[in-house]
Amino acid sequence: MTATDVTATAEATRQGAPGLPPREPRSEFGRRHKPELSAGQKQALRLARTLVWPAIVVAILVTQIPFLVTIYYSFQNWNLMRPGSRGFAGFDNYITVFTGGAFLQSLSATVVITGSSIVLSVLFGLGIALLLNRTFVGQGLARTLVITPFLMMPAAAALIWKWSMLDANVGMVNWGLSVLGVDPVQWNTDFPALTVIMVLTWQYTPFMMLILLAGLQSQSKETLEAASVDGAGPIRSFLYMTLPHLRQYIELAVLLGGIMLLQVFDPIAIMTRGTGGTKTLSYLLYERAFVGLEIGEAAAYGVITVLLTIIVASVALRLLFKIFSTEGAKS
Amino acid sequence: MSTSVVSAPRAVPARRRTRQMRHRASSAALTAFTWIVTLGFFFPVAWMVFTAFKTEAAAATSTPTIFTSLSFDRFAEVLDRGFGVYLLNSLTASVMSTVIVLLLAIPAAYGLSIRPIIKSTDALFFFISTRFMPIAAAIIPIYLLLQNFGLLDNISALSILYVGMNLPLAVWMMRSFFSEVPLEIVEAAQIDGANFFTELVRVVLPIVAPGIAAAALICFIFAWNEYFLASLLTSTMARTTPPFLGSFVDGRGQFLAVLSAASTLAVLPVVLAGWLAQKRLVTGLAMGAIK
Amino acid sequence: MKSYSVKKRMLLSAVAFSSVGVLLAGCSGAGGAATEDGPVSLTLATVNNPQMKDMEELKGAFEEAHPDITVNFVSMEENDLRDAVTKDVATQGGQYDIVTVGSYEVPIWGQNDWLVDLGPLAEADTAYNVDDLLPPVREALTVDDSLYAVPFYGESSFLMYNQEMFAAAGLSMPTNPTWDEVAGFARTLKTDDVAGICLRGKPGWGELFAPLTTVVQTFGGGWFDEDWNATVNSPEFTEAVTFYTDLVKDAGEADPVSTGFTECLNLFSQGNAAMWYDATSAAGPLEADTSAVAGKVGYVHAPVKETDEAGWLWAWNLAIPNTSTKQDAAWEFVSWATSTEYIDLVGTTLGWERVPPGSRTSTYENPDYLEAAAAFAPITKDIMLAVNPTQPGVNPQPWVGIQYVTVPEFQDLGNQVSQNIADVFAGRDTVENVLDKGQELATTVGDAQK
Repeated sequence: MTATDVTATAEATRQGAPGLPPREPRSEFGRRHKPELSAGQKQALRLARTLVWPAIVVAILVTQIPFLVTIYYSFQNWNLMRPGSRGFAGFDNYITVFTGGAFLQSLSATVVITGSSIVLSVLFGLGIALLLNRTFVGQGLARTLVITPFLMMPAAAALIWKWSMLDANVGMVNWGLSVLGVDPVQWNTDFPALTVIMVLTWQYTPFMMLILLAGLQSQSKETLEAASVDGAGPIRSFLYMTLPHLRQYIELAVLLGGIMLLQVFDPIAIMTRGTGGTKTLSYLLYERAFVGLEIGEAAAYGVITVLLTIIVASVALRLLFKIFSTEGAKS
Repeated sequence: MSTSVVSAPRAVPARRRTRQMRHRASSAALTAFTWIVTLGFFFPVAWMVFTAFKTEAAAATSTPTIFTSLSFDRFAEVLDRGFGVYLLNSLTASVMSTVIVLLLAIPAAYGLSIRPIIKSTDALFFFISTRFMPIAAAIIPIYLLLQNFGLLDNISALSILYVGMNLPLAVWMMRSFFSEVPLEIVEAAQIDGANFFTELVRVVLPIVAPGIAAAALICFIFAWNEYFLASLLTSTMARTTPPFLGSFVDGRGQFLAVLSAASTLAVLPVVLAGWLAQKRLVTGLAMGAIK
Repeated sequence: MKSYSVKKRMLLSAVAFSSVGVLLAGCSGAGGAATEDGPVSLTLATVNNPQMKDMEELKGAFEEAHPDITVNFVSMEENDLRDAVTKDVATQGGQYDIVTVGSYEVPIWGQNDWLVDLGPLAEADTAYNVDDLLPPVREALTVDDSLYAVPFYGESSFLMYNQEMFAAAGLSMPTNPTWDEVAGFARTLKTDDVAGICLRGKPGWGELFAPLTTVVQTFGGGWFDEDWNATVNSPEFTEAVTFYTDLVKDAGEADPVSTGFTECLNLFSQGNAAMWYDATSAAGPLEADTSAVAGKVGYVHAPVKETDEAGWLWAWNLAIPNTSTKQDAAWEFVSWATSTEYIDLVGTTLGWERVPPGSRTSTYENPDYLEAAAAFAPITKDIMLAVNPTQPGVNPQPWVGIQYVTVPEFQDLGNQVSQNIADVFAGRDTVENVLDKGQELATTVGDAQK
């Protein structure tokens, strides 16, 4: 494999256009065109809109319409176990949400589990990416093996961890600890949140690693060599050159990881069932709706959760992540 | 990797030789460490596959058995329980949703990237924000809607929901690939009188094909692995593999080997695809966003 | 077997007619009312307990006798089954033609008109012999003279102990042990490898709170008093929960929060636990040849404190949701799986100790069964007939049912309180704190009943 692996697509692009001058630094849409649009451009614009609309319509139908219905349900007094008792509830459900105490607990469980899983998997991912970025025997095989946890079906991963790895009687982890002379650990009873974080970190580290490795490989070797010749040690050049270079890759890793981890449901449903600080918002919503059968209350939780997510997402997307801003893309 | 640049040996001055020796020793140590970490990460997967070949009794011992008779019996047992149907359902849902996502996302990404479109960032932001929304928040209406239309336990309905789930990521990734296409090419095509669609199919698609493949692979993986919607919205006819796996936890006693066999079969397609296409995976995720 | 009697048809159409509103809401697109023409495919949701796994194994015999009916099993863990089936039936989802429901759900769902009244069908079918169903179980499934489900197997709870371990330690088990005696034995027999006693700790009202509620009741406590005032943080309730969690922590299994019926069965059947307090239906699998303790298990009455008996009463039943469009075929299967014919089939093909127990009186008159199940069959029947679902505890209660409260909100209440008790097992919270929270939740539930 060559250093250009990661940039294969960019490469392909260039090869597809032989004889073209190298791409200009940035030709973000619209930038090259003057604000006043010519007739041709207007036509192009119309066509472009036509192209985007089907996708937007489908996205709205599948994700937004159900949510609007959720808002409607959140003002209903509706318990499925009591048919016929359905009616308008005003803000009762929201009052229950904010006075019940379950919401804040769940919010903090979500922050703790999502947050620590992201931080840990970025750290481990960075470490492994650095290790795999060296040239060594069996590099390709090592990388192949390391990415496997990310490809594992989360339900299978959770089942295997629960029954084969962390089981109190036949689990490999406790057996490994006993070899080291450590007493068996009651994972699910004593450390439910840690159990979930462990499994998530295991699953998402390869994902972060892939992105960060791409970042490392896109770093110019000449610059690093030059720094080395100038007497910069590996730590200095990592801190002052590699890390800043990796910054947008880390941001991307956190963003994508956040999107996926915020929704996480499988390991909680399979391993801990919401005990001991693992009742994340996703699981709480599920439980209110399908165990409590409190449709109205569950909907109110859903609305609040979505509002919160929108706030977090807007802040994250617009402020933290330069990827999205055209200004940032220039740098 | 990176051999072309780094390992092109230069003349090494004699006084740096000892330093190089030390460098070699620490390099060997680092390699060993890398392999320990790698194998540690891979261990649960390897153990799952290994357990799948054991007998139930050997799988359930508290001290792990390494030397034991191995057989394909557990896999046969898994298939006997109709696992094939569930795998087929997973395949249908994944392929169907991925194809629809591509049909929608390719034009959308094209429209968002190559042509000047006002507020394209906003459209993009809208797409990605739908991915942030917890599906759980909309599950009740989805459930009741599907139920009203008799679409519970229906593989097409599940596929459409997967389209909603994967569309944002696909549009987002592909837009980046499309904006890699030099405007000159497109403009040249337009001067030639090519219309939008011939331009898209003949000129642009071949250039971005690797990117599309990456996006498709990722959509396929997410659909194949999806658990929440599948477990709530399907029961028998359309049940996919992830929710079915849990039924191998058997109240009659030992089940670890058969559970491992089922899990191995369930993860196999995506793991193999991921292994074969790992370059694409990286390109898709990283290059999709950062140029 | 294939032809349907005219009377049965009429009854069924009456049932279908009475629920026409339900059907309209539930089966749009799914193809109208029941038809018996052509091949029919039934979907059965069930729990992955041993007896149901056997049923899945034997369904071929039914399909052979009914070539135009196929039965698809969807088996799940107990908690998952409840979530899935409740959701489906409550929203009139119509995904299942046959559901496995507990005796807790049957009266509630029956009153909501969610289940087909099987009484007329069962009575019309002379071969079915509905009067053979074990009386306490049949009562639990009957609301206002309508039989909303038929029992697949019924159970009480008792204490199982490993006789070899007791003999080795020089201990002897009384036939009516008290909880204090049991706790003493457990603490004596506990070693690094062997749990003194296995008690469920997995959250879920049907998991943890099945045994725990019986402990609470024999300690003199209960969820509600006679006037639906919540009594979850009463001294008796607190004492019982403290006793239970302490016992598990001192002498119970490792990782209690992961441990439910299945896990205890695994542990005890492999000789890794000295005692196990759980369902009487566990005895069958314990005496099967896959079990390492077959023939070594002693069975005695549920341990008590203030009451004479403390066993629960439970049945896993088969019911047909009103939304099913294949009710005739569904009844064919339901009546087959709960018939004496099926019991004989299990006995002759899989072994008599694996027969689904506690559903029919005739089972306890069957010499083959009594011989194979000599160790546990008589005591099972005795306990099932001895327990009192109308007043299982010390004080009177305003509902019928032992290890649960027969109101719709109980599954949510029991589930939440059991999740909090998981924190007690881990030492993250105190019993008092947890039960105070439980009291708050229970008060809301109780107030709704007043």
